[in-house]
Amino acid sequence: MSSFNVPLLASSTLVPPPALCFDDVAFSHEDKVLLGPCSFNLDCTGPTLVMGPNGAGKSLLLRLAHGLLSPTQGRVAWSGHKRPRQAMVFQQPVLLRRSAVANLTHALAVNNVPRRTRVKLAYDALERFGLTACSNTPARVLSGGEQQRLALARAWVLSPQVLFLDEPTSALDPAAIKAVEAAVREFHQRGTRIVMTTHDLHQARRLAGDVLFVSGGKVREHTPAEAFFDAPASREAQAYIAGELVE
Amino acid sequence: MEKNNNAFDVALSLLLNLDASLFQIVALSLQVSILAVLIAAVLGFPLGAAVALWRFPGRGAMIVLLNALMGLPPVVAGLMVYLLLSRAGPLGEWGLLFTPGAMVIAQVVLVLPILAALSRQKVEELLGEYREQFISLGMSRPRMMPTLLWDARFALLTILLAGFGRASAEVGAVMMVGGNIEGVTRVMTTSIVLETGKGNLPLALGLGIVLLFLVMLINAGAYLLGELTRRRTG
Repeated sequence: MSSFNVPLLASSTLVPPPALCFDDVAFSHEDKVLLGPCSFNLDCTGPTLVMGPNGAGKSLLLRLAHGLLSPTQGRVAWSGHKRPRQAMVFQQPVLLRRSAVANLTHALAVNNVPRRTRVKLAYDALERFGLTACSNTPARVLSGGEQQRLALARAWVLSPQVLFLDEPTSALDPAAIKAVEAAVREFHQRGTRIVMTTHDLHQARRLAGDVLFVSGGKVREHTPAEAFFDAPASREAQAYIAGELVE
Repeated sequence: MEKNNNAFDVALSLLLNLDASLFQIVALSLQVSILAVLIAAVLGFPLGAAVALWRFPGRGAMIVLLNALMGLPPVVAGLMVYLLLSRAGPLGEWGLLFTPGAMVIAQVVLVLPILAALSRQKVEELLGEYREQFISLGMSRPRMMPTLLWDARFALLTILLAGFGRASAEVGAVMMVGGNIEGVTRVMTTSIVLETGKGNLPLALGLGIVLLFLVMLINAGAYLLGELTRRRTG
């Protein structure tokens, strides 16, 4: 990845990223409570890693935080006056049936970026994520790793204040995982709040600033990373770290 | 048998010599059907996308209606347009009956449900895949529509060709509202019916060959497009 250039839309690193607050949030479907009720405050620098076993409600938590789903109880709030700019990278990247560069210019067009600057921003982002060579390749014939990098580049051009990543590396090989993690760090350095789910302990150790541990639809703890990996507070997290099979 | 072979020879020579009356009939057929399909596309694709995107009361009934109208018998479409355009009808003042314009309207009525129903299916399928990403990007439904239609472009072209196939091959509707007037509203299908009735088999056969050729061309186009889609978009 190339050196750090300040893009046109970049939020300044001097301004702390907006804090996310879950206030007694719960989500139920057909009378079954899938998540919560839970309350927590993400105001530390992060990156925040949401951890827990499969089906614990990690993805659901991310979708509620991003606004893809509305909580059936409680509310999701942000510090500051308005909802921050946000983006999300999915486990399976959702790319349009167009060229790589057109995927980026489309996202910029949707966000009302003037036509003149779109193409330049798009090519800058492609270069940053090592995709210049395939800028005109249809996005959906790219390899899995390239597709995920393109999804990250699409998030990058939008200069989000908050970036959600839902198991972004679970289908990738080690080289591609490395590229995605490097990109996550770059977002973090740019001052973007990172909220990412993973069930890979090693990845969490490499990236986490703080950990939100979820199991059985409940948020068990929210702890700074070192403390979490050394001595997790909740019984569930202790079992998880110890390698037991937690539900 | 002898006579039919003869007719075939004459048909071929008509084709090879670019016979003027034959050429005129083919040209009018293409004009009417292409115009009808284009009008139906401008109306039908956004309609299909809108039904896919919005939830409203009666949406299910609308989908059933559109699907059912795909099989609308051409003579019924012809009758409806005839009643609309006849002197005593609500649009009688337009004086369109027995003009190419009336034939275009009748074919739009036939093709529109096909384009709307099939594009609705395709767009809904795409939307299922894109929905979360679209919401994440903060897109409104009206903003989603052009993105979805563009991303479905190859499928829409195939659907367009299916619509053209239906328009160019039907005979009932254009016969009723066009009247098969020589030099004015005579198209391939209506003249095949007429010439066969009159016993003028060479011209009927010549037209039949052209029509068959066109249908094959359309199908080859649809096939190639499908292949291209698979290769281009994975």
